[in-house]
Amino acid sequence: MDLSSINPVLLVASIMVSATPILLAAIGEMVVERAGVLNLGVEGMMITGAVVGFAVAINTGNPALGFAAAALASAVLSLSFGVLTQLLLSNQVATGLGLTLVGLGLSSLIGKPYEGMKSPTLPKLDMGFLSDLPVVGRMLFSHDLMVYLSLALVIVVWAVLKYTRIGLILRAVGENHDAAHALGYKVVRIRMMAIFFGGACAGLGGAYLSLVRVPQWTEGMTAGAGWIALAIVVFASWRAGRVAIGAYLFGGVTVLQLNLQAAGAAVPVALLSASPYLMTILVLVFISARGAHGAPASLGRPFHASA
Amino acid sequence: MADPLLRLTGLTKAYPGVIANDDVNFDIGENEIHALLGENGAGKSTLVKMIYGLVKPDRGSMVLQGQDYTPSEPSEARQRGVGMVFQHFSLFDALNVAENVALGMENPPKTRELAERIRTVSEEYGLPLDPSRIVGTLSAGERQRVEIIRCLLQDPKLLIMDEPTSVLTPQEVDILFQTLNKLRAEGTSILYISHKLEEIRTLCDTATILRLGKKVATCTPKDTSARELAEMMVGASFATPEARQTTLGEVALKVANLSLPAPGAFGTPLRDVSLSVQRGEVLGIGGVAGNGQDELLAALSGERLSPAGSIELLGTDVSRQGPMARRDAGLLSGPEERLGHAAAPNMSLTENGVLTAARREGLLKNGFIDWAAAKDFTEKVISTFDVRTPSANTAARALSGGNLQKYVIGREIMQRPEVLVVNQPTWGVDAAAAAAIRQAILDLAANGAAIVVISQDLDELMEISDRFAALNEGRLTDAVPVAGLTIDTIGLMMGGAQDMEVAHA
Repeated sequence: MDLSSINPVLLVASIMVSATPILLAAIGEMVVERAGVLNLGVEGMMITGAVVGFAVAINTGNPALGFAAAALASAVLSLSFGVLTQLLLSNQVATGLGLTLVGLGLSSLIGKPYEGMKSPTLPKLDMGFLSDLPVVGRMLFSHDLMVYLSLALVIVVWAVLKYTRIGLILRAVGENHDAAHALGYKVVRIRMMAIFFGGACAGLGGAYLSLVRVPQWTEGMTAGAGWIALAIVVFASWRAGRVAIGAYLFGGVTVLQLNLQAAGAAVPVALLSASPYLMTILVLVFISARGAHGAPASLGRPFHASA
Repeated sequence: MADPLLRLTGLTKAYPGVIANDDVNFDIGENEIHALLGENGAGKSTLVKMIYGLVKPDRGSMVLQGQDYTPSEPSEARQRGVGMVFQHFSLFDALNVAENVALGMENPPKTRELAERIRTVSEEYGLPLDPSRIVGTLSAGERQRVEIIRCLLQDPKLLIMDEPTSVLTPQEVDILFQTLNKLRAEGTSILYISHKLEEIRTLCDTATILRLGKKVATCTPKDTSARELAEMMVGASFATPEARQTTLGEVALKVANLSLPAPGAFGTPLRDVSLSVQRGEVLGIGGVAGNGQDELLAALSGERLSPAGSIELLGTDVSRQGPMARRDAGLLSGPEERLGHAAAPNMSLTENGVLTAARREGLLKNGFIDWAAAKDFTEKVISTFDVRTPSANTAARALSGGNLQKYVIGREIMQRPEVLVVNQPTWGVDAAAAAAIRQAILDLAANGAAIVVISQDLDELMEISDRFAALNEGRLTDAVPVAGLTIDTIGLMMGGAQDMEVAHA
């Protein structure tokens, strides 16, 4: 094996790109789950975002419009989940799985004409002297806007949940929806807004895959990224900071094992391919083993405002 | 009489199949503690929910301080100066005290300022609280303080309290009463819901009694005897358990130095618990909720296994045996939570009967369920314990709390246990049904069973127990004979005083 073929600067740079879609989807889903809703349709929303973002970017030539359209499309799709589970009280698990199936089917239908095309991609930001720094500049300060937006989003979500009244109400709804209702908070409305936000984030994550990371449309291109995002939320004990750690860990090991495969490491390929999943789960289990931070107490439970 | 603070006129609210409130009229005066009395299902909760804006009345009107009052949601009620302390606390376990208080306020101040106000107000009213504690770690009494403080910070004109003392020790009740008297002196009226008659007679100025949704009377409780109040509530006199001669047999259940770690983040560990119950005896275990009652029941029933040698049933060590084996050996149990623990909500009464009685009652034939026998057994329980249900095939969740309670307790008693352990056997059950359940427990003891009753209702324990012990933070005091126990001693036992040798002697 030839380790010298791995360039550490490029490695770190590609880790950031590889982690961003999962981070976006996971931080959105975390907000949804903190409000007490379990939406298993992340995968379906991501791939819908991927195809819609790709199609809009191709047709308008503007990747930014693609991202906006992707967020909107996935958020609207997630509202169908919201109406079914929050207003019509359908089962959240079954509805979420259904949403994934719908998203996968819908995306391959929409995406058929776009196969094999190449989309305009987001430009790398020029951050002045920061980007010119040796090593660090290439590693951290020469990415596209979405990488930094996703990190900013983590900080915003963390601060809103911890310090603002709307964040407090959202946590309260997820913790005990009956008590929140008794105090006069609109449980269903708050959950709908959380679901909408989660959908938009998943759409952005999907569009990042098809517009920046690959950048192409192939059927089923999310390849389980939505499921990984869901798992990261759980293993991160519903904490924004840990979600970021989880997403970067997964992205990191994914890129690393690809590099190791290319360098011809003497480890079975199957084990290398499985390693991102194993590592992420192991590390997050280890983190959450210390300090008991359980799930939001109302997670996945249906709410009906009976008198 | 001066203008009342709140006047209710012709309030009516119907749900499908039941009229919860039917043309209810009464006044709550300024500076008054007004009791609202009634059995379960009399319509007290619906009435206060209308006052607090959670439920809209079908007909009728309310006038608060001379102005029309039609709150469409709780925040509007709060703005008009109406606060409410709920029976099942409307608190969020994973949030801290300050966050919980902030959620109940319209315009909460900054966190630091709020914490400061919580500290000063709570101390001023003798209810000290630490604003940064996580609510899940507080005792029931402290959790109630959080609710009260939440209301007080908004200077309410009217404070509604739904059965506030059901979870408190006698000492905590005293503190609460002082607080309420202080509030009245400062100009806050209180609507006080309870079915504890003696409490109402000491505390309240006026009482309104509801029965089956209708107002029966408004009276001055100090001039009315507890007996009269009870009869107005129930509408008839009910049987009090017969006094009985206890004949004690051999020791049936013996627990020696049992310690178990807490089952979860908000659970209580059991610490060095020892007890013994003889045949024919009822051991009452009191204590404020959350001091290890559920954990003790789980350890005795076999849901959690204990270290070898700690639990002995009829002379055999059953510590390492699960619930099935203990059932076979004669130890049956009835947990507190009716739906989800004692009974599976979506299964029929017959199916629920099979779940615990299959082996003892021979409801199995060659490994298959004998549904005819199961139905017979269920119907026997239903008729013996007067369970009001359309049929044995009705789902458990469709029964009212009291009826389901009669069923789950009856189901165990009908299996003729050698030892019966029950937690809160009459919680949320109306007076007549509670009396029937207590009588059944006493009859079972008279027939030679050993019984452990865990309850937060001290009157109940005093009525049916031969000996009394109290749980405090997972420790069990020595059991002392009930005869001659004073409320002070009980309070000390529940508060965890360890020098009980004096009382024991």
